[in-house]
Formats: sequence, C-alpha cells, structure tokens
Amino acid sequence: MRYLPHTQEDIADMLKKIGAGSLDDLFTSIPDDCRRKSDLDLPQAKTEWELNRHMSGLAEQMAVCPDYKVFIGAGSYDHYIPEVIKQLLGRSEFFTAYTPYQPEMSQGTLQAIYEYQTLTTRLLGLDVANASMYDGASSLAEALLMSVRITRRKKVAISRLIHPLYRQVVRTYFAPTEFEVVELPVLESGQTDMTGLQDLETFAGVAVQSPNYFGCIENLSALGEKIHSDNKTLFIVSFTEPLAYGILKNPGSLGADIACGEGQSLGVPSSFGGPGLGMFAAKKTYMRNMPGRLVGRTQDIEGKRGFVLTLSTREQHIRREKATSNICSNQGLCATAAAMYMATLGGTGIRKLAELNHDKAAYLQNELKTAGFEVPFDTPVFNEFVVKFPEGFEKTYANLLAKKIVPGLSLTPDYPEFPDYYLLCVTETMDKADMDLLVKEVTS
Amino acid sequence: MKELSELNFPDDVMYTDDHEWTKMENDETIIGISDYAQDQLGDIVFVELPQVGETFEKGAEFGTVESVKAVSELFLPVSGEIVAVNDALEDTPELLNNEPYTGGWMLRIKLSEKSELDQLMNKSAYLESLKG
Repeated sequence: MRYLPHTQEDIADMLKKIGAGSLDDLFTSIPDDCRRKSDLDLPQAKTEWELNRHMSGLAEQMAVCPDYKVFIGAGSYDHYIPEVIKQLLGRSEFFTAYTPYQPEMSQGTLQAIYEYQTLTTRLLGLDVANASMYDGASSLAEALLMSVRITRRKKVAISRLIHPLYRQVVRTYFAPTEFEVVELPVLESGQTDMTGLQDLETFAGVAVQSPNYFGCIENLSALGEKIHSDNKTLFIVSFTEPLAYGILKNPGSLGADIACGEGQSLGVPSSFGGPGLGMFAAKKTYMRNMPGRLVGRTQDIEGKRGFVLTLSTREQHIRREKATSNICSNQGLCATAAAMYMATLGGTGIRKLAELNHDKAAYLQNELKTAGFEVPFDTPVFNEFVVKFPEGFEKTYANLLAKKIVPGLSLTPDYPEFPDYYLLCVTETMDKADMDLLVKEVTS
Repeated sequence: MKELSELNFPDDVMYTDDHEWTKMENDETIIGISDYAQDQLGDIVFVELPQVGETFEKGAEFGTVESVKAVSELFLPVSGEIVAVNDALEDTPELLNNEPYTGGWMLRIKLSEKSELDQLMNKSAYLESLKG
C-alpha cells in the first residue's frame, strides 16, 4: 500500500513550478549537517490488512478495562462515559473543527467552551477558568510560573505527594529559568509536611495536590492558612481526580488562589494515557496573569448575546515573546466533552457518582484491612488508597496479571522510601464481585 | 483618533519618543503617558505598575497599559527609584484617557541622574516628532 500521495511526476512538476531543480535545492536553507544523508531504516511497507493485524497485535499487549480488572488510577481513571456524550461529541461541528475562534463563524464552539469555563469555576469554587490547558501536569507548571509573574519572587515549593510525572513536567518547565523548585516531604499520615517550610516571604507559590498521589485528602484549609500567613504567597491546589470535589469541599472555598489539574475523569477516555484536559481556574484578582485563552460573553451591536475570545491582547499570537505564557491553543474537544459530562450529570449526579466512588473504594480498603493487609496511612481518602503488601508481592502480582487482574500500582519506583507500597483505585465501574475476587486472590 | 491640533500638550512637561511625559516637582519627577499615546491606544482597561521602592534604569520597561486593542509596554524616561504609584488607576484606568496629565499620572520617581532630563523633548520638539 502506498501511504504517500505524490508520484515522482507530481514532485517534479511542483519543483518546476517553484523553480527548484531538485528536492535538495528546496532544502538549501537547512544547514547541511542538519540534513539526513542515509535512507530511513524502516521495515517493508505493509498491506492494509497486515497493518490492521499489526495494530491489533499491539493493542492486545495492553491490559485494558473491562477485559482486565484494573485497580489503578494514579492520574488516569476508568469512569463510565454516558452514551449521550459520545453521540454529541461525534457531531462534526465539534469533532472536526480546528481552533475555530472567529466569533462570526463559531458561536457554537465558543459557547461550548464558555459553558466549560463556567462549570469548571463552579466545580473548583473559583472566579475565573480558562478555556483549558494541555493536561494536569502543564496546568500545574503554568500555575507555578503564574505565581512567579504575580509575586516577582524566584522560588516555588511543591509537595512530594503531587503526581511524580507532574513534578517532572514542572522541573522541565523550570530547568531553563532562574527559578528554584523546592520539594516538601511526606508526613506519616500520608499528607504534605509543611513544617520545614521557612522564609515563606521568598516563595512565589506553594502547590499541593488533593486528593494527593497516595489518595489521601490534604488538609487544605490548614495548609492555605499557613501559606497565606505571608500575604503575597499563592496557594496552588493541583488535582488528578476532579470528581472528588463532588463530595469534598472545593479548592476555592478552602483558600486556593489557583486550582489546576487533570480533567480526564470528566468524560474523556483513558486511552493510552492521553489526550488529557488541563483544568485551570483562579481568583479574579489574578485573571490578567492567567495563561491560555479565555472565552467571554458579550453583546453585538443589536444587543444580542455572543461569545468571543477575550483578553487575547495578552496572548502569544498578538504579544509574541511578551505574552503571558506560550500556550497558543487549548484542549477544545476534551473541554467540550467535560462540559457535556458535567452538564449531563448535573450537581446531584456528580455528587452521587463521587459518593459511589468513595463508598466502593472504602469497601475494598476495609476488606483488605480485614484480610490482614496493612493500610499505612490513617487519613481519609476518595477513590484511591495505599496498601502495604507483604514482601515478595511481585510474584502474586504476576500471577494475578495472568488472571487479568491488575492489583494496583507499585509506588516503589517513584518513592523508594516506601517499599512494597501499592496504590489502588476503585471507580464506579468496579463491582463487588470484582473487589471480592481481588481480596480472595491476594489472600490465597 | 484625533488630529494633533485637537490633542493637548502642556508646556510644563517634557516628552519622550515612547510618548511618556515627565514633570519635575521639587526633587522628584512625575511620569505619565501623553494625550497622543492615550488617543492612539483607545479605551484603556487595565494598567500594570511597579511597586514603591523598586529602582529602574532609564529606558527600562516599568509596566504595561492594556487597551481594548493591545497591551503596550511602558518605558521609564529617567533612571530612579519609585516613591509613589497612582493606585487610583487600578480601579479607574480610564483616568489615563480622560486626564492623562493630571488624574492619570502613573509614578513619582526620585531621580538618580538629573542630567537625563536634558535629553527629553519640550512641547515643540515633541510636536515636531509627531508630525514626523
């Protein structure tokens, strides 16, 4: 099968039209030592049916729900996506549109994003939300940079209980800057230890995640109070599981200046770890320092309601290197899915679903405890929790994997100080029989 | 936008190429943007100013002014330390449009180099440069 549409004749014809003698002539502006001389080392082209078989083979190597019982969340959650969302999102007006931001053309898309922003501010309890970022990790990095812009200080602190990959992205964002990233240690309760945080007046922002990477709910109001003992330092709350705010108090009501995190739980499939949805909301005071784009509601000259990009005067396509941040886009389709998801469930639905997640996780946590396993952190959780399995659990793990059960995620690679600690997650899609089976299997 | 003849350029202030004005008062100098600048920008909706105590070199960017059209940088006409900032601009940025030389003042600066004032333009030189 041919994957490239141009024949040699097409190419010769195009080169002739623009006055280039050969393909090499076309690329003379690229320095010679940046150009590849040898052919690409690629396998033989496959037929379409061979390619399909190849891709199916790759897909079969993965342990995916519901074929496998996957007790892992850790930033990507298996929530049921109501059929109505798939149907609505598949409409070509939403599905195929590429950054359609001309207000005269795109009232539908702009309104969808505006609704997403409104629902996001309600879920997170803050005044203003942007049109979305790439994912939870880049949201956090941008929030920290925003705190640096606002306070003009050169240091930020992040909890060690923020998702390890988010921390990695923060370090990547900060590496070329002059700003320092300090990590806050872990308390015995599985919460962030802020007791050692000195010289608060030198910190632009302090970020924690709640529920944190160990599933534990942080005491946000106490942390916020301590952080706000300096009147400039910003309190940043990150999250990987926004559904938790269906039953927990939201970050805004507990003092957060910025809430930022991953919105995949809200109607976006886990896929192969992406695409995600970076949710980002802040207090109104900080609106002009927010990264990304913002859709606002306005009136046209006839007094009719309309939606437009607003505050674009600070965006990169207008302000170039002086822009607030270098994000030039948003996660339009995922944000639209999240808006549909939140609107479909409604406030009551989100609360009920959150309760279901919490109750199921509490059931499994309790069953494992009763079966004699150590639950090391005595702190309330939402739908994830840590279990310390006996030494040598790797063998049981492998056996269970063969039975299509994935009994959690080992924390040891990211937290060597916690050997044999596993992070388990239960969402609404797991039923009692699944959990009982897991308990039975790990006990035997 | 207005014709030059419709704009107001007081005699008792000095002007810069970047359309800021400055006026000496005792040992300090007051800074703002000219009537021409505010007219070019259009309706001003937000002003970002530095904090009292900060020190800037001549020509340094000290803040931004945001109109419905664009965000523009502000450049300091002279070196010095900020001794006062017009807080009223935070809630009423339209003062820059309505009273650019009075209620719309931005900063009060303690000069570090008085001779820098000699490099600025008086009214007629500024008008000349605007006619370009």
